[in-house]
Amino acid sequence: MHILVCGGTGCRASQAELISENLKTEIENRGLENEIKVVSTGCFGFCEKGPVVKVVPDDTFYTEVRPSDAKDIIEEHVIKGRPLKRLLYKNPKNENKVTSTAHIDFYKKQVRIALRNCGFIDPENVDEYIGRDGYAALGKILAEKSPEEVIAIIKDSELRGRGGGGFPTGLKWEITRNVENKEKYVVCNADEGDPGAFMDRSILEGDPHSVIEAMAICGFCIGADKGLVYIRAEYPLAIERLKIAIKQAREYGLLGDNILESGFKFDIELRYGAGAFFSGEETALIHSMEGFRGEPTFKPPFPSVSGYKGKPTNVNNVETFANIPVIINKGAEWFNAIGSEKSKGTKVFALAGKVNNVGLIEVPMGITLREIIFDIGGGIRGGKKFKAVQTGGPSGGCLTEKDLDIPIDYDNLIKAGSMMGSGGMIVLDEDDCMVSIAKFYLEFTLDESCGKCTPCRIGNKRLFEILEKITEGKGTEEDLERLRLLSNVIKDTSLCGLGQTSPNPILSTLDNFYDEYKAHVVDGKCPAGQCKSLLKYEIDSEACTGCTLCFRNCPVGAISGERKSPHYIDQSLCIKCGVCYDKCKFKAINIV
Amino acid sequence: MKVKSLADLRKIKDEVHEKIKLREQSENAEQIVQIKVAMATCGIASGAKEIMSYIIDELDYSGIDGVVTQTGCMGYCYAEPTIEVKLPGKAPVVYGFVTKGKAKEIIERYIIKGELVDGVIPVTYRTIDE
Ligand SMILES: Cc1cc2nc3c(=O)[nH]c(=O)nc-3n(C[C@H](O)[C@H](O)[C@H](O)COP(=O)(O)O)c2cc1C
Ligand code: SF4
Repeated sequence: MHILVCGGTGCRASQAELISENLKTEIENRGLENEIKVVSTGCFGFCEKGPVVKVVPDDTFYTEVRPSDAKDIIEEHVIKGRPLKRLLYKNPKNENKVTSTAHIDFYKKQVRIALRNCGFIDPENVDEYIGRDGYAALGKILAEKSPEEVIAIIKDSELRGRGGGGFPTGLKWEITRNVENKEKYVVCNADEGDPGAFMDRSILEGDPHSVIEAMAICGFCIGADKGLVYIRAEYPLAIERLKIAIKQAREYGLLGDNILESGFKFDIELRYGAGAFFSGEETALIHSMEGFRGEPTFKPPFPSVSGYKGKPTNVNNVETFANIPVIINKGAEWFNAIGSEKSKGTKVFALAGKVNNVGLIEVPMGITLREIIFDIGGGIRGGKKFKAVQTGGPSGGCLTEKDLDIPIDYDNLIKAGSMMGSGGMIVLDEDDCMVSIAKFYLEFTLDESCGKCTPCRIGNKRLFEILEKITEGKGTEEDLERLRLLSNVIKDTSLCGLGQTSPNPILSTLDNFYDEYKAHVVDGKCPAGQCKSLLKYEIDSEACTGCTLCFRNCPVGAISGERKSPHYIDQSLCIKCGVCYDKCKFKAINIV
Repeated sequence: MKVKSLADLRKIKDEVHEKIKLREQSENAEQIVQIKVAMATCGIASGAKEIMSYIIDELDYSGIDGVVTQTGCMGYCYAEPTIEVKLPGKAPVVYGFVTKGKAKEIIERYIIKGELVDGVIPVTYRTIDE
């Protein structure tokens, strides 16, 4: 028998280590150390009810355990062989005590559909994919279904594009199918430009065959015999795994001239992108594949009508494709039973920033931010206060405390002033300055703007300059108005999605954290203490012993004072390097 | 080899299943230990490659009959490198922050003696099979 004690940061803070110690002592007192082992584990992610203790093999789950409970656990559970009722997890809905982890809702919060094989199979072995029902969907439709029937299944599943736009996938396939042309293309968008996002990469690295199978299914539906994966060259491992997978699929006759002896012909090639953010936009992506500059063009015509080489082209995102085989194997009803009213299925998020459990998560649509951040993410690192979460990358916005309980789906996120985007989710805490965050995203946009149209090229530059001015403490209240005005102009007049969305982080931080902006321009203060120019180092004359250490270390000679009497910092010379603050042994330097 | 039909696909599937099942159920002398090393970009960046070859060497050295395979991202990027160890007849266990020292401890204490070792990461998701 093993007793697992959570050793995550949250539980540790509530004396999990002492619980382990006490359990061990109790076990030793009874001479059971050979039969029972106490083990500390990683975070269970269930910090809200921590510290948690789990007993295996019977899978009993105890919550809110205190060190003094160790004796009872050993006595009741181990010696008498019955669960200790008082510490069992109570189902909040009906107050029933739950004995095993399998029945706790929390563990149902993540559902892996797109990531079903990631971390489960060897991605370089096609047999393992087949062993997990791989290529069964392709086999089934080739043998039994017409393209129209398959499109109907995808439409019924209500799957929407995971690349950011959320366009209904079945409808897109139908439109492309209905355009008459002998030559059509299936394109997989693996450009993944959102900083901090890596779900597409993980799918291609962990389960490349799922994307290959889905592209072939798409080809069958729309009437295309050629697929192209547009992948950024910065993803060498994903490229290598894709290449291996394509080769294996060809060897097995799962790609090629006569797939599964059905007469259906389909093959896939890779195209490499230089990894610019806007080249993930579908028209830009197509131009880039054609060998032109990756610049977006006006839609319509949509790629479904006139895409690669002017032919009808169906562009879908990696994660969108990864869902397809499961939908066909398990049925549209199975899929659309998961998720929210208008967004079905799951979404993969790259959870990053100030949470304890940074990582890749796949959750049903309709889950709340609170569940993602505090249950799955294990709460804010270091017990700090939650401030905001940025979703949708540089095109999105921030969500705050008041948005924690809205069910996340495409429409609700837009209503709340952000967007789903490709699934980057960056959690910010009280130490993050929102003006700096807006500046960070704008800097990204500036780098990535293709320069084709003026509002985006010049306008964003001006926005950036204003933000820079504010973080340097030189901003005025008029600047805040100017920010808003210019942002709206850029939004309305830019050609492509990049320019149309680039001011979003500014607008949303202005809406949610106007006071913080105001503190920068009116009081000359950065409440989070991030904007260096707004910091002021001062010496507390009470605490200063006159040791001269700061005086000797200041690189610009801004500190003066006699030995053994309080020193003084000349603010006009200070460059805010913080050396004095680090050096002082008497904590006499204050940041104000 | 070409796969010609749905029936061929099923055959491969069943074979793979058989293989996995055999591994899962073998409680006899030929103890096959299965170890999966998460080898996505996040894992490799934290040294998963070295850990994988270290584990292969150590298993060899200790004369343990085991298969070490690579797999994709398990989602616990904060705890890379991560490995999943499956002993015959037991549920798989995931370990995080696996260094060489940890790997050695896992082999010597968990794989050989069957004692659980600190650093287990609890699985926090459902798969589509459930
Ligand atoms: C500036 C910009 C960048 C984009 N970057 C990506 C990207 O990196 N990956 C992606 O799949 N879609 C990206 N898109 C969305 C694509 O244009 C397109 O909608 C998507 O690939 C369609 O696939 P889906 O319907 O499966 O989501 C981007 C859009 C814009 C406006
Ligand atoms: S909005 Fe920006 S990225 Fe888009 S076309 Fe104009 S300059 Fe290029």
